[in-house]
Amino acid sequence: MVKNKLYFEDVKDGQSIPSLVKHPTPRQLVMWAAASEEYHEVHYHLESAKAEGLPGIIVHGMLQISFLGQMITDWIGDWGTLKKITSTNRAIVVPDQDLTCKGKVIKKYTENDENLVACEIWVETAKGETAVKGTAVFSLPSST
Amino acid sequence: MTNEESVKAQELRNMLGRETPPLEIEVEQGNFRRWAEAVGDYNPLWTDPQYAKKSRYGYTIAPPTFAIDRGIIPLADQLIPLSPKFLNGGTEIEFLKPIKVGDTITTTAKLIDIKEKAGSTGKLVFMTLEINYKNQNGELVRKAKNTFIQVFG
Repeated sequence: MVKNKLYFEDVKDGQSIPSLVKHPTPRQLVMWAAASEEYHEVHYHLESAKAEGLPGIIVHGMLQISFLGQMITDWIGDWGTLKKITSTNRAIVVPDQDLTCKGKVIKKYTENDENLVACEIWVETAKGETAVKGTAVFSLPSST
Repeated sequence: MTNEESVKAQELRNMLGRETPPLEIEVEQGNFRRWAEAVGDYNPLWTDPQYAKKSRYGYTIAPPTFAIDRGIIPLADQLIPLSPKFLNGGTEIEFLKPIKVGDTITTTAKLIDIKEKAGSTGKLVFMTLEINYKNQNGELVRKAKNTFIQVFG
């Protein structure tokens, strides 16, 4: 796998981040439950989900944050460093649909000798609803 | 109804500052592999030791959200029985230092804030947890905040 090196100077204010489409399946939710040791039944047991008033089993919030993280780390490559992610859940998300991770650069700045980029990031459901909305901050090397 | 809600909020307020006993996580390459398979994110920085050896780190690093839930859940499990109807209101994660294979990560979670607000269908109580993740050298490697929302109505 050869990755491009993204420099601070390559990033423009307002620029869109290359989007990432994920398609979580119930099997993937079980794998995530095991990997994260988060065994809340609403993520794999239909009756438990329905008892909590949900339409079906739901996708973990942290899995969706992980998808957003992947969008960022795929883009910034090996020389970029993810510093922070914030997120809030806006909608209930069921599996077996395309989830599209998107983002936009909102600010470039320098702090403590680090070149930082702040972005808005979000997850869109197949219906175009915003499921998760948040921000990310990462640092990049300078080309100069 | 109103009285009952305040009692609930008070019950939670009494838990402010409560900290979970430290939870230790022994970090293995297999943890990163299982995370990568679950997310479908096979970044070689966390999955390929040969590749990672030549990176600026010199070793595989943990993927961003690795072990975050393991720090949050023990305290959430103590709070949620008080509140069957809860929502995850938001998460904030700071990635401070790389986590590597062989590290022992110790997490502690603390209830740091309780707020009550009027919602459209009843009262909402916001519970904020702060979670610290330290390595065996005592360095803070991750810091997270998670807000759970209790709905009364």
